[in-house]
Amino acid sequence: MTRAGRWWAKCPAFILALMLAFSAPVLAVTPSEVLDDPVLESRAREISKGLRCPVCQNESIDESNASVSHDLRVLVRERLVAGDSNEEVVDYIVARYGEFVLLRPETGGANILLWAAGPLMLLIAGGVGITYLRRRSRAPGTAEATLSEAEEDRVRALLDE
Amino acid sequence: MITELGHFALALALVVALVQAIVPMVGAHRRHAGWMAVAEPAANAQFLLIALSFAALTYAFVTSDFSLQVVVANSHSAKPMLYKISGVWGNHEGSMLLWVLILALFGACASWFGGNLPPSLRARVLGVQGAIGVAFLAFILFTSNPFTRMAVAPFDGQDLNPLLQDPGLAFHPPFLYLGYVGLSVSFSFAVAALIEGRVDAAWGRWVRPWTLAAWVFLTIGIAMGSWWAYYELGWGGFWFWDPVENASFMPWLFAAALLHSAIVVEKRESLKAWTILLAILAFGFSLIGTFIVRSGVITSVHAFANDPERGVFILAILAIFTGGALTLFAARAGTMEAKGVFSLLSRESGLVANNILLAVSSFVVFIGTIWPLVAEMFLDRKLSVGPPFFNMAFTPFMIVLGLILPIGAMLPWKRAKLGRVMRQLAPAFVLALAIGGLAWAMQTGRSLMGPVGLFLGTWLVFGALTDLWTRTGRDRDLTRLLRLPRADWGKAVAHAGLGVTMLGVAGLMAWEEEDIRTVQLNEPWTVGAFELVLTAVNRVEGPNYISTMGDVTLRQDAQDIASLHPEKRTYPVAQMPTTEAAIDYRFLRDVYVVIGDAQADGGWAMRTYIKPLANWIWAGSLLMALGGTLSLSDRRFRVAAGARREPKGVPAE
Repeated sequence: MTRAGRWWAKCPAFILALMLAFSAPVLAVTPSEVLDDPVLESRAREISKGLRCPVCQNESIDESNASVSHDLRVLVRERLVAGDSNEEVVDYIVARYGEFVLLRPETGGANILLWAAGPLMLLIAGGVGITYLRRRSRAPGTAEATLSEAEEDRVRALLDE
Repeated sequence: MITELGHFALALALVVALVQAIVPMVGAHRRHAGWMAVAEPAANAQFLLIALSFAALTYAFVTSDFSLQVVVANSHSAKPMLYKISGVWGNHEGSMLLWVLILALFGACASWFGGNLPPSLRARVLGVQGAIGVAFLAFILFTSNPFTRMAVAPFDGQDLNPLLQDPGLAFHPPFLYLGYVGLSVSFSFAVAALIEGRVDAAWGRWVRPWTLAAWVFLTIGIAMGSWWAYYELGWGGFWFWDPVENASFMPWLFAAALLHSAIVVEKRESLKAWTILLAILAFGFSLIGTFIVRSGVITSVHAFANDPERGVFILAILAIFTGGALTLFAARAGTMEAKGVFSLLSRESGLVANNILLAVSSFVVFIGTIWPLVAEMFLDRKLSVGPPFFNMAFTPFMIVLGLILPIGAMLPWKRAKLGRVMRQLAPAFVLALAIGGLAWAMQTGRSLMGPVGLFLGTWLVFGALTDLWTRTGRDRDLTRLLRLPRADWGKAVAHAGLGVTMLGVAGLMAWEEEDIRTVQLNEPWTVGAFELVLTAVNRVEGPNYISTMGDVTLRQDAQDIASLHPEKRTYPVAQMPTTEAAIDYRFLRDVYVVIGDAQADGGWAMRTYIKPLANWIWAGSLLMALGGTLSLSDRRFRVAAGARREPKGVPAE
């Protein structure tokens, strides 16, 4: 792991992503973990995709090969079999490992900034953009003697011949 | 000896870069022609010196010179030659050397192809390029010197990380760097233009090919990395929203915005200040990417040892260049007057919408990437921002972009009538709606993503075809298409490529099938329409690894269609295992097979995936790159490049 850690700092983009995927030679979800009930199993998969492996760089427990991820996957399935809802399972894990394991950050508190950033910026940029466009459309026409598109096509055709 | 020469050449390159950064700048300010003329030989000398230094490091890797630290840590005498060479940039120090080599190459190119630029602009562009060179050469020499010797040379090295022992390493980083670093030329042009205080149509025409080239390289680099991750990782993901991936994606989005806004500068002399800002931001984000990758500050939430000194150094480079350029921008932006007048509905406004969507979506990626850091520093919260966030926050921008792209691409300049364009595009829209609707009707109980993606992809592809079709004129003379400027072809191909990629992403994410099970030898299992059987598992020795290789026969309709060999490799020197998935690539789907561990009952854990339209993701990326290349070869750029011997091209003020 330490070797992999040193490496982490030194690699160009995707190589890093590649390196994250492995820490042990096993597959992520192993056949022995899979629940017999396909509905519960698909719920388990869905939950695991949203939970982060606590010791990996940026992997969900569904993708990770680390042993703690294996334990968490089994735990998720145990809670599901015990009759928990998806939210209850997630809350159960978050209560033990902290909000760090949530790949989809909560919307509460300052995180609202994170979630609202996109729409807010779009509003601002859109406002600025429209103001600019309106100003351009009202600007006094500088005496431009440019060609219309049709004329330009004609010029191009002539030039290319 | 050769190592020392390489080291010396690198130090000399720093000195030359210093000269290149200072003398032409002063010369341009004082109008000394002789001082300005220093820029070109300096750019060439800098490139030659760094090339020499890079060759020396390559020589050390090829000959397995274990007196060098970086060779010991990343090579082994038994490693195949391909990986000895690509291993040169499979580590921090060597990859930084490749970075500055490409930087110097672009500087040299700017001097070779910049003959038609006004002398003062050329001198300033090369000067800024030299200054970037100074910063990164100093970074290498003072914090990450690849020529550091070992006190005692060991017998053999520690081998290259096995995951990197893949042909992908030979191509992916160089292309990515060509893209990252190519944006430095756009940056240099922007800063030079700010200093000159002059941005006109000619500037737009000069800066656009560089941006296009960088964007094409970045597209290829990202696509190759994505494909590499797909076949190497063992579950066939193609994008992970990892901070390091985002680091390459943000400059890509900005470069895409920049190459569109530069069209407006070139054709309509508008959006000048914005284009300059984009050029600064595009390279700024490529520096941020470098910072994220090299410092480890964002990804190292855990005890991964990173060198803080390097991070601080890059942060300083980032602050000086981006901060300096933005200050200059703030001081000078007001002087750039727009000339073109256009109505609210026009090609210009379409491109403004394109720029808003691309830039804002890039900022969303940026905020998502740094948010864990912000939360930890200011809120004392340890949290993660993963794929679910990015999928929700980023995807809507791409949907809107896809929706308006075909319309915007066909709007005429200055003043457009929406009805006319809509009538022309109606068949493409109906077709896309039909295909999306068909997908929606055929699937049951799944998300809307598949149908929406198919609709958008089809809309983009046929929108691009419609654009070409309208160029045949009233008499539908197809030979006109052959006479179209290549830039128009490039536009259609690249836009269709985006559509193809969207089709691939939608197909793969919405309709993937997965099967995990324990498999006994010679007992067939079924996944979707396919039957698979594991006939043997062998132990195979590779050059520097030992492999457990399965023989899997893939059948469809009782016919053998492929023989697949998934592998699990162990690299004894590096003590690391890798998974080599076996993939049956087809036009409409991939079948992806991974072998796992032997089970207690004598069976093998196996994973099988059916990945619909997977190849389309990368085929579309290649189409985008091809479109960019076509556009780059357009006559007006070739004419501009060829005009260097006719100084009357553009009056210098």
